[in-house]
Amino acid sequence: MAIEETRIVTKFLRDRPQDSWEYAVAREHNQAYSALEAALKRDPNELIEEVKTSGLRGRGGAGFSTGQKWSFLPAGVFPRYLAINADEGEPSTFKDHMLIEGDPHQLIEGTIISAFAIGAHHAFIYIRGEFALGTERLEAAVAEAYKNGYLGKDILGSGFDLELIVHQGAGCYIAGDETGLLSSLEGERAMPRIKPPFPAVQGLFAAPTVVNNVETISNIPHIVRKGGEWYASMGVNKSTGTRIFSVSGMVERPGNYEIELGMSFRDLIEGLAGGVRGGRPMQFFIPGGASAPWLLPEHLDEPLDMDRASELRTMLGSGSIMAFDDTVDPLLVSWRLARFFAHESCGKCTPCREGSSWIEKVLYRMTNGLGRPDDLDLLLDFGSNIVPGLNAPFAQTTICALGPSTMSHVVSLDRCFGAEIRARLQKDFDKRRSLEVTPA
Amino acid sequence: MGFTDEDRVRARAIIDRYPHAKSAMLPLLLLAQDRDGWVTPEAMEEIAVWLGTTPALVLGTCSFYTMLKREPVGDLVVSVCTNIACLVNRGPELLDGLRSRYEGDTAIMVEEVECIAACDRAPAIQINYEYYGPVDTTAAVDIIEQYRSGALQARTISGSSRGAK
Repeated sequence: MAIEETRIVTKFLRDRPQDSWEYAVAREHNQAYSALEAALKRDPNELIEEVKTSGLRGRGGAGFSTGQKWSFLPAGVFPRYLAINADEGEPSTFKDHMLIEGDPHQLIEGTIISAFAIGAHHAFIYIRGEFALGTERLEAAVAEAYKNGYLGKDILGSGFDLELIVHQGAGCYIAGDETGLLSSLEGERAMPRIKPPFPAVQGLFAAPTVVNNVETISNIPHIVRKGGEWYASMGVNKSTGTRIFSVSGMVERPGNYEIELGMSFRDLIEGLAGGVRGGRPMQFFIPGGASAPWLLPEHLDEPLDMDRASELRTMLGSGSIMAFDDTVDPLLVSWRLARFFAHESCGKCTPCREGSSWIEKVLYRMTNGLGRPDDLDLLLDFGSNIVPGLNAPFAQTTICALGPSTMSHVVSLDRCFGAEIRARLQKDFDKRRSLEVTPA
Repeated sequence: MGFTDEDRVRARAIIDRYPHAKSAMLPLLLLAQDRDGWVTPEAMEEIAVWLGTTPALVLGTCSFYTMLKREPVGDLVVSVCTNIACLVNRGPELLDGLRSRYEGDTAIMVEEVECIAACDRAPAIQINYEYYGPVDTTAAVDIIEQYRSGALQARTISGSSRGAK
């Protein structure tokens, strides 16, 4: 059987007759806003049930059930807000970037339907500051949506009002955390907040708030159009539907691939992305963004199933896969990730603020031939103050998941290459000692 | 230069879009940066008045975000990614090449950035937040020089289109 993509949210942006995201084209070729027309005639609670039936789970990283998240809003408490997380910053992830630039109307339609379902009259799309073209297109598309009566007062005569604001960020990874995003949207430093209270109860300006990822919301119009059962008929186990995977690193054809969940890593990486460049052997791959523990070639036949990934003590996270060939030094990759997390740690929780930069320092000397024989164990020892137990799914001593992410790649080093790295550290140490000149 | 009266009208419109004024913090800081080429202390003081907060709190937010520059950086910000996809696709070489080429050039700032969500185009760069990739040093310099000469129209250092809005 041929290995193929299953295009739902990427169908229009891949197959449209002309390279235009604009309203007229989206309306003609992608039935843009037809799902909204249908949704506004339905009962909001029925829409929430439809999304629950679909089994749709958040595509941003945590993989929580979208319908359930919506139903957590306390009854009768208003105002309530919807915030769309378009602050895509997880290293190796670039799917939302494509969805925003390629099909802004699909995202806007999903946002309006979702806001209607949860009863929000203000929605925000928090877009990563660096997405200049994305912001421009999204703002233009929002203006088109207002012009055609899909936003503003009494949308399509339904009596439902919605204001949609495109909010540009200003360069910050942690604004992609659900509560960090809300702090940023309030004009503060994007520091995550302790939960509970969860955003559904006290979110933006202490009002009930739902935060959903761009890809999650882009699925909503399709679920409304074709039904939750249709969506749930695709996928595997509790990972229903399709998902976009960003495949990159050292592969022949890096890019975004939308596939039905349950496909194997091998079919995705080798079948669709062409396998490791130049036919070289794969050394390891990261299955779910920089925060996900690594996997080895022996795991290639495992299915892309969020729960199976947990059993393998990793995660599909933000839906991005990065493959590395046998020429890459895993310590170098680990050090670079450590530097990333040290840079992006917001500084609120002590274990992460202090720990992230110590991890970076120790990995730096390990990578550059200056390691000490027990450095890997040293990292695991003090790292367990950030991630008690060091075992995925990670426990944490920090408010947000950036804390455990700082140790994810270190745990991977130990798990995948522990013996080699310990031997290498000993060798580096012995070599340095043999070069030491004894003072006369 | 500071805010013009036209900016003040625009700022008011931005603030009015939000249910709570303080949400307008980042948009206003980006507006200030577009006006002066960096976020000046005077701009932060004025924003504090508009939002009913203190200049220290504005600075506190401003200093948290990497796109907001608190000193002049020139006309072009060249962001070179060296995170893992670019790391294994010659990103660090590209960074070194561009840094040495533009050392001491006050019009162009080369900065190392974290993942810019263009891993399929590694090594990727942004020039005033316009994407290019994959590029090597020669290709990148060629594009930068086209911006410098005006052959290509650059975005502002906050990434907005010139003339738009």
